[in-house]
Amino acid sequence: MIKKSMEMPKQRVEERIRNFNEVALGYSEDQAVMEASRCLQCPKPLCVAGCPVEVDIPSFVRDIKERRFDEAIGKVREKNSLPAITGRVCPQEEQCQKTCVMGKTGEPISIGRLERFVADHELQRGVKVPPKPRPNGRGVAVVGSGPAGLTAAADLAKLGYEVTVFEALHEAGGVLMYGIPEFRLPKRIVQSEVDYVKNLGVTVKTDSLIGKLYTVEELFEKGFEAVFIGTGAGLPSFLGVPRENLCGVYSANEFLIRVNLMRAYRFPEYDTPVWVGRKVAVIGAGNVAMDSARCALRLGAEEVWIVYRRSRQEAPARLEEMENAEEEGVKFKFLTNPIGFLGDKYGWVCGMECISMRLGEPDESGRRRPIPIEGSEFTMDVDTVVVAVGQSPNPMISRTTKGLQTTRWGSVVVEEGTGKTSIEGVYAGGDIVSGAATVISAMGSGKNAARAIHEYLSNKKVR
Amino acid sequence: MYEIASKKELAPDIKLLEVYAEQIAKKVKPGHFVIVRVDEKGERIPINPASCDVNEGTISIAFHEVGKTTMKLGSLNRGDRIANLVGPLGNAAELGKYGRVLCVGGGVMAAPLHFQATSLRDAGNELITVIGARTKEQVILKEEMRRISSELFIVTDDGSEGYSNLDFLEGLLRKGRIDRVVAIGPLVLMREVAELTRPYRIKTMVNLNPIMVDGTGMCGACRVTVGGEMRFACTDGPEFDGHLVDFEELMVRRRMYVSREKIAVLFYKGLGGCT
Repeated sequence: MIKKSMEMPKQRVEERIRNFNEVALGYSEDQAVMEASRCLQCPKPLCVAGCPVEVDIPSFVRDIKERRFDEAIGKVREKNSLPAITGRVCPQEEQCQKTCVMGKTGEPISIGRLERFVADHELQRGVKVPPKPRPNGRGVAVVGSGPAGLTAAADLAKLGYEVTVFEALHEAGGVLMYGIPEFRLPKRIVQSEVDYVKNLGVTVKTDSLIGKLYTVEELFEKGFEAVFIGTGAGLPSFLGVPRENLCGVYSANEFLIRVNLMRAYRFPEYDTPVWVGRKVAVIGAGNVAMDSARCALRLGAEEVWIVYRRSRQEAPARLEEMENAEEEGVKFKFLTNPIGFLGDKYGWVCGMECISMRLGEPDESGRRRPIPIEGSEFTMDVDTVVVAVGQSPNPMISRTTKGLQTTRWGSVVVEEGTGKTSIEGVYAGGDIVSGAATVISAMGSGKNAARAIHEYLSNKKVR
Repeated sequence: MYEIASKKELAPDIKLLEVYAEQIAKKVKPGHFVIVRVDEKGERIPINPASCDVNEGTISIAFHEVGKTTMKLGSLNRGDRIANLVGPLGNAAELGKYGRVLCVGGGVMAAPLHFQATSLRDAGNELITVIGARTKEQVILKEEMRRISSELFIVTDDGSEGYSNLDFLEGLLRKGRIDRVVAIGPLVLMREVAELTRPYRIKTMVNLNPIMVDGTGMCGACRVTVGGEMRFACTDGPEFDGHLVDFEELMVRRRMYVSREKIAVLFYKGLGGCT
């Protein structure tokens, strides 16, 4: 029995910090087959229970082992419409791989890498257009084309519904497009997964901000019989400290939208600029912070610091992402909290006032609460700051939809397991319900909502 | 893709495009803005519509060709297409019946001011209007504005037409003849108007035009301090009480990319060096 999992080749550090190409290069066929061969094919697989979209993991892994790659991707796609994406960005170590029996004595099967392998294998050879089901003539509107919306749309289309996805930005994909950088999730991958969903018969309308162009009520008037809201957590949080509006201080959303969606790293070929100085501080230690820090490095910063008020143990980023960032030269300043910014005479940020922290008792999140150490104030010289301390649910729909019940944090209140909201025929899922979470949990809730919408419409008379 | 229905030159370097966008035309109100992205490599810029025509299914946008994006936009003609047009965004302006409203528009922003002023007149207000521009040649929509106003004043920076500064407003304000003020234009102009009206405590609404990216509340690039609080012009505005806006901060933020914008223009004009 091989206890160690097969390493996945990566771009060399010296090279990759100078480009935006994908860092992880993916398994070769032989590597994938070898890794798949380690799977014990448990009669009662624990991995499947760890997957929010219930992919039949042992079956597709066995197909890989036996080199039936087309069958393998078919099995994955039965449950997961975006495998090339989840194979790259899922926190498998917290999900399927966490419960893998192999993990007890050695390393778990690299399920994510195998999923990515079969998905890429399929993309390379050209994705087979799935057979279109007979349309049932009933329309469902999906608001937002991120992972929750795309999953709900795909599952509903497979059931024969006429699905229209409304996307506010100019490209479909939501956070997959504007948030996660090219070097972690190439945009052509997102585009081909979106194309797959379109090939199922789904219509995607970009440039359509629901709440403004049409209200949810108007979508029903237009003839849609159900609406799924998957508008995500797009509202950036700021620190609320003095002089946060100096030039050179970005929200992570702004920074990443410029770089990813608008391709600012290719300015002036692309028209959108982004400005990165010599010394960058990224506030926060989640995946978004790691993404921002690694973008800043690639844009030519000499020094990039992750500044986080708690310690390494509490950092919410995936371990793999922190390791990648560290490998590339991102530095970490833990137990440090910004308390204000300093500006030069032109209104640009030139320094960040900080205070050292220590950890106290655990708070409601279970993590130890950071407490400022009196008299420990100090100043960091920085000329660019990216504030990556979280996003909250997008308020556009709740502000413009009468009767939609929300929490005081602005998330939409839904019934567990179905995504049913306080309005009949309106369902919601993804970050708009949970607050900022993972791609795969959003997909899971999109899947549940699709199931619930189907049940609802099956019991409702055809108009 | 959004097809251009017609094109008009309002003044040198100031153009007006009428674009087919049926659903936006139904929904857009004065005060709203739209986001325009000219082509696949383009940036997203906010523009306040100058009018809409529900029957034709069009909206029109006026712009001054000062940067790469507006130059590209200005090079398009009838029948050409714009890659993306999103809207209506932001909140509609307050359009109540106030009595006598002083409307001040500067540069190309006289166009959206005309859209708003027309609605204010229709709501039963009497309008006193001021159009400002750098030179006589750049004064736009003079006749259109005259038609809806009881008095019209022109102000040019070089004094080539009308007054050369806004000092004359002092007299109007002192006489107590003004019930409300609306100012849309360059930040310096809106700040000056707000400062002039402050002592008289006349409500002065300004329509802010900070740098934006998505325009839907996601990026925070357009954050501005209003009444000491951080607000997003895209979702909380773009119309705000001018007496509460921190114009100094906004002016600095507005200039954040000036050097990059110059580079973009150089490359666009083919002077970008060894490419």
